[in-house]
Amino acid sequence: MIQPDEFRIPNPVRPAFTRSDRDDTVIVSIGPSHPATHGTIQIFAELDGERIIRADVHCGYLHRGFEKECEDHTWHNLIPYLDRLNYCSPLINDFAYCDAVERMMGIEVTRRCLVLRTLLSEYSRLCDHITCIAASLMELGAMTAFLYLVMIRDYMYEHIAALTGARVTHSYGRIGGLARDLPPRWLERLGEILVQYEDFIGRVHGLVDRNRIFIDRMRDVGVLTKADALSYGYTGPMLRSTGLALDLRKDTPYLAYAELDFEVPVGIKGDNYDRYYVRMREMDESVHMIRQCVDMLPDGPINVDDRRCTLPEKKHVYGEIESLINHFKLVMEGPRVPAGEIYVAHEAANGELGFYLVSAGEGRPYKVHLRAPSFVHMGGAHTMIEGDQLADLVPTFGSINMIGGECDR
Amino acid sequence: MTNSGAEVFDRVRTRLAAKEEEESLAGTARSSTTVSHGILVVDLAPAAVEPAVRALRDEFGFDVFLDVTAVDWPGREPRFDVVWHFYSTQHKVRVRLKARVPASNPAVASLTGLYGSAAFMERECHDMYGIVFTGNADLRPILLYEGFVGHPLRKDYPKEREQPLVPLRDGNPGR
Repeated sequence: MIQPDEFRIPNPVRPAFTRSDRDDTVIVSIGPSHPATHGTIQIFAELDGERIIRADVHCGYLHRGFEKECEDHTWHNLIPYLDRLNYCSPLINDFAYCDAVERMMGIEVTRRCLVLRTLLSEYSRLCDHITCIAASLMELGAMTAFLYLVMIRDYMYEHIAALTGARVTHSYGRIGGLARDLPPRWLERLGEILVQYEDFIGRVHGLVDRNRIFIDRMRDVGVLTKADALSYGYTGPMLRSTGLALDLRKDTPYLAYAELDFEVPVGIKGDNYDRYYVRMREMDESVHMIRQCVDMLPDGPINVDDRRCTLPEKKHVYGEIESLINHFKLVMEGPRVPAGEIYVAHEAANGELGFYLVSAGEGRPYKVHLRAPSFVHMGGAHTMIEGDQLADLVPTFGSINMIGGECDR
Repeated sequence: MTNSGAEVFDRVRTRLAAKEEEESLAGTARSSTTVSHGILVVDLAPAAVEPAVRALRDEFGFDVFLDVTAVDWPGREPRFDVVWHFYSTQHKVRVRLKARVPASNPAVASLTGLYGSAAFMERECHDMYGIVFTGNADLRPILLYEGFVGHPLRKDYPKEREQPLVPLRDGNPGR
C-alpha cells in the first residue's frame, strides 16, 4: 500500500538484504507488530515457497535507555528499572544486581535474606518457565494447557503481590536485604500453590508430551547444535537443551545454591521439543528447591545492620539527629559504593544474566551494563530459523523465550 | 573460585606475557593482570586483544564470549575502556580483557571471526559508544534506529535529548 507523503516515516531498520539473488524467492518482513514475534522483533526472511532460506533478525523496538537512565539515579533508586528488564522473573534481576553491589561494598547479607532470595529466585524461575511454556503452547493452539498454566501463574503472581505489593514489577530487592519480611501465612499458601501446580503440570504433561501434533511441530524443528550454541553465547535452558549440563547454580554457586540438592536437566539434540522438556524438568527442580528453602529458612533479620546501605528504623529517624542525617544522606545521595568494577552473573530463567557495574565511589553508578541473555540469543536466532518452514518460526521463536524488556533495554 | 580456576589464571598470565614478548608487543602494550572479585582482569593494548582472545579460546577453553561494552572517561586520554568478558565452560571461570582506545580513533579488532555472538554485541557497543570494530562488516544500528545521531551512552550525550523518528503529535520536532 502506498501512503501519502505526510504519513510516511523513515524506516527505522535497514534489512541486510532487500533483493534476492534468484527469481523464485520472495522477501517478507515479519513483525514487529505480530503476536508470533512477541511484539518487538522484526525478521526479514527470504522464502523459497514455505521455506526460510535466510533471515535477518532485528531488535531494539523496546529500547528505552535503561543503562543511560541508571547513571542518573542512586544505586538504590534504579531498582524499579530492573523489574522491567525480564518482567517474567523480575526478582532474579533485583537479586543479581543487589548481589553485585553488595560484593562491591563487601556486605554479606543475613542468613534469612540469603535463603529467602534463593527461594524467591526459584519461584520467579517457575513463573518465567510457566509463562514461556504457556505462551508457546497457546501459539500452537493448545488453549487448554495454556489456561491451566496461566491460572497457576496467576495464583503465583497474586501470592507474590501479597509479599511485594505488585503483581509484576515487584521492586523487592534492596542493597543489603529485602524490602520487607514475609507476611503471615505466606509460606502456608506457598505450599498450597505448589501442590496445585503439581496437579496441573501433570495434566499438561498428559495433554502435550506424547501428543502427535505437538511432536510433529516440535521434534527436529529449530535445531541448535552444541557448537553453534557455544559460539553464539547461548546460556540457560537453550544451551542445556543441546545436551551440555552447564548451570551457574552448580558451576559457580551463589546465594544458597551450594547447599541445595538439585539436578541439571539436559536435552538430547537442541530442538524445540528438548527446550520444552528441559523447562518442564527445571520447574520440577525449582519446586524441589523451594521446598528445601522453606525447610531451612531461619528466623532473624532480613536486612544487614550496616548504615552504609540500610535505612535506619523510622522511630530512630524521628527520635535522633544521627539517624535523621543517615536517612537523608542515603535517600538524597545514595549509598556510597567503593570505586571499582565488578561483573556478577546469576542463572536467570533465560540464561546468564550478568551485571557489569562501574563505580567512581559515588552514590550513583558510573556505569550499569546488563548482559541480557535474550539479546545474545537473538544474535544466533537466524541459525535456528533458516532451513525450516515459515510456520516453524512460531514454535521456534516461542521456545527461545525472547523477553523484549531485557533484550532491548 | 576453585583451585583449578586459580591454576588456569596463573597459566593464562604466563602465556599472555610470553605471547606479548614473542610478538614484540611489549613495547606498545601496557599489559597487567590482576584478580578482582574472582575474575582475571587483563589490561592490554588494543593491538594485542585479538591474539590474546585467540589464545584464550584455543589454548585455555574460554569458549563463551559473554559480553563486550565500553566505559567512557571524558577528560582522560585515551578516553574509552573497551571491556570484554569470556567464560570457560571447562574451568568455570571468567576473564575480563580491557583495552584503552582514544576518542580520535576508537578502533579495536572485531572478534566476529572467533565467536558468533560477537556480531550482535559489537553492534550494540558501536551504537552506544561509537567504538569501531575493525573487521565487523555489519555495524548497522541495533538498539537504535537508522539515522540516529550520536552515541547515547557517551557521557557528553545529554540524557534529555530527544530524536523522535515519528514527529510528536503537537508538531514539536523534539529538543
